Amino acid sequence: MSQFPKNEDLMIDQAGPGAGAPRRAYEVRSLRFRYHPLSRGAANWVLDGVTFDIQAGEILGIVGPNGSGKTSLLKLLAKVLRPHDGAMALFERDLWAMPQVEVARTVAFVPQESPQVFSFTVMETVLMGRFPHHQGATWSAGFGWESAEDLSIAEQALQYTDLTHLAGRSVMDLSGGERQRCMIARALAQAPQVLLLDEPTAFLDLQHQMEICAIVRRLKEERGLTVVLVSHDLNLASQYCDRILMLKAGALFRLGTPHDVIDVEVLKAVYGCDVLIDRHPESGVPRVTLPQYRATKNLGDRL
Amino acid sequence: MKATSDPPQSAFPSKQSTVLKYPITSPPLSGAVLTARRWSSVMAPLALLSTIGVLICLQFGSQWIGLGQVIDIVSHVLREGSVDSEQVGTTGVILMQVRLPRLLLGLLVGACLASVGVVLQALLRNPLADPYVLGVSSGAALGVALAILLGIGSTFLALSVLPLCGFAGGLLSLVVVYRMAVSYGRLPIHSLLLAGVILNSIFSALIMFITSIMEPNRSAGTMTWLMGTLTAPSYPALAILTCYLLGGLFLLLKQARKLNVLTLGEESARSLGIETERVKRQVYLLSALITGAVVSVSGMIGFVGMVIPHAVRLMLGADHRLLLPASALVGGMYLMVADTLARTLLSPAEIPVGIITALAGGPFFIYLLVWRKDRFA
Repeated sequence: MSQFPKNEDLMIDQAGPGAGAPRRAYEVRSLRFRYHPLSRGAANWVLDGVTFDIQAGEILGIVGPNGSGKTSLLKLLAKVLRPHDGAMALFERDLWAMPQVEVARTVAFVPQESPQVFSFTVMETVLMGRFPHHQGATWSAGFGWESAEDLSIAEQALQYTDLTHLAGRSVMDLSGGERQRCMIARALAQAPQVLLLDEPTAFLDLQHQMEICAIVRRLKEERGLTVVLVSHDLNLASQYCDRILMLKAGALFRLGTPHDVIDVEVLKAVYGCDVLIDRHPESGVPRVTLPQYRATKNLGDRL
Repeated sequence: MKATSDPPQSAFPSKQSTVLKYPITSPPLSGAVLTARRWSSVMAPLALLSTIGVLICLQFGSQWIGLGQVIDIVSHVLREGSVDSEQVGTTGVILMQVRLPRLLLGLLVGACLASVGVVLQALLRNPLADPYVLGVSSGAALGVALAILLGIGSTFLALSVLPLCGFAGGLLSLVVVYRMAVSYGRLPIHSLLLAGVILNSIFSALIMFITSIMEPNRSAGTMTWLMGTLTAPSYPALAILTCYLLGGLFLLLKQARKLNVLTLGEESARSLGIETERVKRQVYLLSALITGAVVSVSGMIGFVGMVIPHAVRLMLGADHRLLLPASALVGGMYLMVADTLARTLLSPAEIPVGIITALAGGPFFIYLLVWRKDRFA
């Protein structure tokens, strides 16, 4: 544990949350991370000094170009990766001092792809989400049976994601959308306060994308869940997220409402290309459109 | 869009905030969860079947002994608590001193190989993993062969030192295979198998070298042992081995639920509160310890650890709480029957049992690799 960042300068609000002020789910201060701890040089930082807060009960979208550190940031929030430097607090507790199992009771993480090579049923997979809540005796943690409460929570998670009719099916036989819903149901069975989703709509068709997004919104509205999702899809982030965090090359470029972040200048600076931005016809949130193809001189020469 | 995949009107049922009183009532759910009742309804018949299997296999050998006589002698010995050649005759001595310990050893070795296969498959997230295929067995065999060459095998230390040498060799090859195959935190099946093949051939060459410089009478015995042979152990030796191996299997069983979660992938497992590195280290160590001990008594018996878990998983599902003990019993019976075949097919001559398991398991492995690769590529 000595490798973990020390916490003297951790930002925990000494005054405590003021009356009516929204609680903070996460506080992240000068977070630095790289995959190869021994490599030297500034070029290797995946995340370099990121500082932000996540409010409890909000949907935060993390966007940015490929390789900007989105997924790494999400995994750091899930305590799946260890940061090199910096401090993080989860509901005003030092994340790096918390045992993994306590983090798992508060935070559920759904990775981008979860290929399963063994034929667990959907219900068995969802019940795995109850694992962090079984840390009594070693024997029962390793071998014991699910309690009636576990089964009922898992069954509710299945209902929430509309998978009840597939409960006995092998996860290997599910379609992409069903598998993603199954993984979200597993995360819900953890009974978390924070849900971390990595590209939840990647590779899904329109209907399944909408289903996942509707589940996420309902979780926020009905259960007050804090959701952090990584996405490539700027329009989806704009439409479904309360706030958007834009990363550029491992640094926080902008954090704010979709109106603040989805902006021609910001996208030009981060992605290096000009896009068109108008309004969503129903909600009025910004909408990104790629401009019509024009053969630029350079490109034309190369072709 | 397929109309059958999602009934549109029920895509988002309204939230049910109350805890359901009787959670598992609808038919699709009842078979989807492993319960204590289902566990015992599978394990009890399997245990009974193994006992019957022992009695049936006791009949076979160079001399046929009828089932009635077998039961007479066994029940007599159970009543008296000792094998007295005055009362049970030579047939009784053959049964109790030669056949029974060998059958029990087969049961034990098969159970261990199948269990190690199960946990290696779970940790490597690959249904083709097996201590033999991955080179763990040959690493253990190399350790044991070295010990025999150095003369430890013939001393009174043999029973305790040979398993340790096997453990060291097995652990070494596990570490090397893992290091060779891992790339960016993943273990692609092809590099894993390739690493196992390479390690197997290197270790085989070393073992061949060691046997070639042994004294001729010892090298012949070593060769038979290497091919995978069960020999009747003395009861004290069998008892020590049983305690050691059953202890190992018990410790593996304690990890069953963690193994379930680990099949989701390491990052998911960690996000579910498992200290993945610690669990992996423990299970790898246990696997190497068990494999080392098994190889030191029975040589390299291949494919039990791959065929049995696969078949049991097909029938009973993937939950390790059931898969692990059921595979152990089925693997034990499988090896016991294979060894009975090895004793009787060319009777009075014997075939090494490793040849039989390889001839049965090799084609199965090819079948999985060629026709079912979509399942684990």
